[in-house]
Amino acid sequence: MIETSFTPLASLLGGAVIGAAAVMLMAFEGRIAGISGILSRLLPPAPERPAAGRVAFVAGLIAAPIVTFAFTGAWPVPQIASGLPVLIVAGLLVGFGSVWGNGCTSGHGICGLSRFSLRSAIAVAVFMTTAIATVFVVRHIL
Amino acid sequence: MSILIQFAAGLVFGIGLIVAGMSDPAKVLNFLDLGAIPSGGWDASLLFVMAGGVAVTTLGYRFVLAWPRPLLAERFSLPAAGRPDARLLTGAALFGIGWGLAGFCPGPALVATLTGGMPALVFLAAMLAGMTLARWRASAKAPLPMQERGRA
Repeated sequence: MIETSFTPLASLLGGAVIGAAAVMLMAFEGRIAGISGILSRLLPPAPERPAAGRVAFVAGLIAAPIVTFAFTGAWPVPQIASGLPVLIVAGLLVGFGSVWGNGCTSGHGICGLSRFSLRSAIAVAVFMTTAIATVFVVRHIL
Repeated sequence: MSILIQFAAGLVFGIGLIVAGMSDPAKVLNFLDLGAIPSGGWDASLLFVMAGGVAVTTLGYRFVLAWPRPLLAERFSLPAAGRPDARLLTGAALFGIGWGLAGFCPGPALVATLTGGMPALVFLAAMLAGMTLARWRASAKAPLPMQERGRA
């Protein structure tokens, strides 16, 4: 495993910025900032129209490192320890599961909990449990 | 205007993920590793991301959803407040396993497009394939209805 340091203040601030983006999308567009929903509705078999706004949101996410680089001079490189087979299996599960369960960490975790949605609260409890169990098995049992 | 706003929302969201440290799978996996609490290797930071995100969104939604309609759309489009069903549980369970395997969820995977090199692109491609597969399977069943609020 790669060691990381405890960053409560930066994480609290970052979380608040994520919340600000979610509120912004609701205020202007009346929509949930659920990334799996926004992204997957661009995909086959029936991409939903109009797509331009959702493409723009995705482009904004992809461009975000450029902005933080401009301010901090540091390129935010993700530390990925997993091998390609694990990344492929994980990607398939994250993609399939988030569409099948109608949401991911953003849609259920941030937006759903903030609307006191029972479905989202249950989804968060389930995915937190299976994620914690998976890390436990991989790191402490296998 | 609407497209510019949505680009800005994505940009702000991504900046939040980076500032929070959530765009780094190592940090996510160390947060999910409750088994590392005894050894001191647990990174509790992501609890603070959740706290900051939910606090701002709860207050912001309370304010905004009292409006008759959003600024640039005819109505609020909110997911229906249905009962939890088997599909929700299965999807969330599979999502969690994938998240626990690599430490990536959809937002951070998109943020890593330019920064994560080949491994991040492989994850992203697999994720898009998984989403497509789920949409194909779901299109055979009834889609979840959207609840619409507000006047046009």
